[in-house]
Amino acid sequence: MYKVKVIVKRRAAILDPQGKAAEQGAKLLGFNNISGTRINKVIEFFVNVDDKKLAEKEVKEYCEKLLSNPNIEDFEYTLEETK
Amino acid sequence: MKIKFGVVVFPGSNCDHDAFYVAKKILAKDAEFLWHKDTDLKNSDVVILPGGFSYGDYLRTGAIARFSPIMEKVIEFAEKGGIVIGICNGFQILLEANLLPGVMLMNKNLKFICKDVFLSVENSNTIFTSEINKKVVKIPIAHAEGNYFAEDSILDDLVKNNQIVFKYCSSKCEVSEKFNPNGSLMNIAGIINKNGNVLGMMPHPERCCDLVLGKTDGLMLFKSVIKNLTK
Repeated sequence: MYKVKVIVKRRAAILDPQGKAAEQGAKLLGFNNISGTRINKVIEFFVNVDDKKLAEKEVKEYCEKLLSNPNIEDFEYTLEETK
Repeated sequence: MKIKFGVVVFPGSNCDHDAFYVAKKILAKDAEFLWHKDTDLKNSDVVILPGGFSYGDYLRTGAIARFSPIMEKVIEFAEKGGIVIGICNGFQILLEANLLPGVMLMNKNLKFICKDVFLSVENSNTIFTSEINKKVVKIPIAHAEGNYFAEDSILDDLVKNNQIVFKYCSSKCEVSEKFNPNGSLMNIAGIINKNGNVLGMMPHPERCCDLVLGKTDGLMLFKSVIKNLTK
């Protein structure tokens, strides 16, 4: 079994209104050195498969079909073996 | 010809009854709800994906609804030329299902916007707009994620194929950033697919069909569909 952590990121060229709003808040708080705030998604789950290649295949499909929108988002993931 | 409207109900849909009411009571047509777990469109001639918050808008708007069992049939129906109208959340589902190109981002001002807006009818030569006898219609919007985005190549295609049906504008048909409520590229409020049988729009035509509510511009859209189906 693997513990999986997926990060879904909106592509850099695409506006992230939430990140922009957070950064406005940062400025109000006096954090003047902050720039380029982007709000991404972290998704965690388990894959109940022993073979790492098969596990990875399933994770990738899950990311491509549902967890990310390939039109605007990229994803990366890590697999950690667990019992 | 007897025309039947099928209104899909996802968990979290909340404009399904409005759409049903318009079809059944205002237009006096046959109408039936289609549960998201159904795998049969029950002989509908027009399928409406209504507004709402299907699956709580979790993950991305429309992302989970898109994989409901009924959607397989809706996609099949659309690909065969069946008429599909996605309103608001329904539009978002059509985008996720790749029946229409592009995506919706959060409104530029990060707010949920609920108000009447003016739309310029950019293409009156569609099965959804042929009976709209004005250049500008007034239809309400109610959404937080209606900021239409697509790559330049997609936008070029939309323009080239006359797929942009509605744009946000002023009461005098001025299309500009000033009258863009949500940040949509090119002020896009509604588009059709290349074949012209699938419409997605953020404004709610079903909310302005009954004179009791003080406005009826939405009715012309549904009447266009009926007229074109009975031709």
